[in-house]
Amino acid sequence: MMFRKRFPPARRRVRACVAALLAIAAAALAGAVRAAPFEDTIAQRVLACTGCHGEQGRAGPDGYYPRLAGKPAGYLFNQLRNFRDERRHYALMNGLLALLDDAYLREIAAYFSSLDVPYPPPAPSSTAATLRERGEALVRRGDPARSLPACTQCHGDAMTGRAPFIPGLLGLSRDYLNAQLGAWRNGQRRAIEPDCMAQLARSLAPEEIGAVSAWLAAQPVPSHAQPASDAGAPLPIPCGGLAPPSAGR
Amino acid sequence: MRRLGGAVLAIVLVAVLGVALVVWLNRDDELEPAAAASPADAATTIARGEYLVRAGSCFGCHTAPGGAPYAGGRAIETPFGVVHAPNLTPDATGLAGWTSDDFWRALHNGRARNGRLLYPAFPYPNYTRLARADSDAMFAYLQRLAPVAKPNRAHALRFPFDQQAALAVWRALFFRPARFAIDPARSPQWNRGAYLVETLGHCNACHSQRNVLGATAGPLDLAGGLIPIQNWYAPSLHDNREAGVGDWSEREVVALLQSGVSARGSVQGPMAEVVARSTRYLSDSDLVAMAIYLRALPPTERSAAPPNEAAAAPSERGARLYADRCANCHGERGEGVAGAYPALAGNRAIALSPPANLVHVVLRGGFPPTTAGNPRPFGMPPFATVLSDQDIADVLSHIRASWGQRAPAVSALEVSRYRGASSR
Repeated sequence: MMFRKRFPPARRRVRACVAALLAIAAAALAGAVRAAPFEDTIAQRVLACTGCHGEQGRAGPDGYYPRLAGKPAGYLFNQLRNFRDERRHYALMNGLLALLDDAYLREIAAYFSSLDVPYPPPAPSSTAATLRERGEALVRRGDPARSLPACTQCHGDAMTGRAPFIPGLLGLSRDYLNAQLGAWRNGQRRAIEPDCMAQLARSLAPEEIGAVSAWLAAQPVPSHAQPASDAGAPLPIPCGGLAPPSAGR
Repeated sequence: MRRLGGAVLAIVLVAVLGVALVVWLNRDDELEPAAAASPADAATTIARGEYLVRAGSCFGCHTAPGGAPYAGGRAIETPFGVVHAPNLTPDATGLAGWTSDDFWRALHNGRARNGRLLYPAFPYPNYTRLARADSDAMFAYLQRLAPVAKPNRAHALRFPFDQQAALAVWRALFFRPARFAIDPARSPQWNRGAYLVETLGHCNACHSQRNVLGATAGPLDLAGGLIPIQNWYAPSLHDNREAGVGDWSEREVVALLQSGVSARGSVQGPMAEVVARSTRYLSDSDLVAMAIYLRALPPTERSAAPPNEAAAAPSERGARLYADRCANCHGERGEGVAGAYPALAGNRAIALSPPANLVHVVLRGGFPPTTAGNPRPFGMPPFATVLSDQDIADVLSHIRASWGQRAPAVSALEVSRYRGASSR
């Protein structure tokens, strides 16, 4: 009894210390769970997008969900409308966008377009050098014998795209590029008519698509790559996606 | 020989009587004369027609995704096959050459201009009660649309549902032309609400159980049901534990139908489409009328949960998944964020049986529709590609057993069934 009576203040201090430490630990744990406190921002409103397309739209981990950050706003807006109106088919995207109007899609596109996030280095290429050479020739020179324009004629010599409608070709995985060119070829991916990319993809043989994808995916992205702002030379073939968007719903 | 002849005669007689009965039960109602209209009213009539066409949710079926409005082409999957909604624009492939009498006959009697019986995927069991003047206004509006040349696609229904005779029998069993009757004991607002909910809005097309032949118990039954094929559960409007609004304020009901969100909940799935395509365009007074009607629906009490369904128990795995995937937006205690992310604690959508909607929402995520009252909605990411059936079952079972909720567990098998429907 005496002992206890003599030492209670010390015990209390120990208890207080333990409690304080526990509280700090609990706060740290809670902080770990609640990664970002709620803020009413456009970034918060589009968490539905970044769940797959990666934080700030820097691309999903597996290369299937493409990067959104820094792409030309008009291109992103057109793709959002293409998914909403089912010219492009991917059930999750079609469903997410089905009931969103043009004004909000334009805002979402402008947000992701405005982000300047560094690109990761390209994945090491396992493809044959001859294949990549064939790809580079098609990308840079096309095939004049077939009147096939070079990719760079529209997407820019640096292949970083042209604002506001033409996307860059770098920083995309080989699988994604193959899937998109393949989808254009078989009509799964469509754009507003005249659908120039569908026309081009259909004139490429499957091995040529493989070659183009292999070379493009192996190229590093220049730091702070920006789409060229200049409208540049007239395009070799007409593209519906470049017209000012028609009045939406 | 004589006996056999007698039997054959009897069978033939019964068959003839049966056919006669079906034909008699399929007879058209007498034509209600068109309201006399002066040309000066034309613009007003067309504007009213557009409003009524929206209130009738015609857009949803009669417009293909990304297609010209009302030019048809959307495929509606039913348990009996696919019905293709026809072109309503005044083109030769659409309603060119139709008269307002033809149009009223389609809505009121469920017959095309050439006399063919129409499939009840077109909700004429509801539209039959439309006032002739409203039908005429809708027709006037549709006739003023730009003509779109788009030939109708033939329906792809299974035998025998592709037969007019089968449809005649269905109609003999489940359909009679009818007229909307004002209930003099109720207020004009209640009556207007009844007209909008039962007739134009055809709410019971989703919010009631269909029998094996796809018929509902009629426009007054709003007791909830699983929507065939889509497999979303349209909750009961009679039951305050489901989607009944007996304990909501009028303003809350109006807000939900007008903007897709309200302090008491937000719309998702097929109802989000209804708000986006239809109710957000309705006038305040019509939405108030619907709220008055819906708030006055007779409540039905159902037992809390079938006794053989065990209440879910909180699980460590479910809790971990919740903390990793859900808590950031919906809160560690399911409290949500007002105006952005719905609270899960105390949310009646959590306990619905079957848990179809919960599973769909987790699989596909979603945005509420953009509306004037909610022009920049917050969204939820889809989890279909990152969570397995077992993950989703565990996290939903955890939510259904947390924060005072005691709803039955969700199984991986159930999730897999809805996942199949989700990919449509």
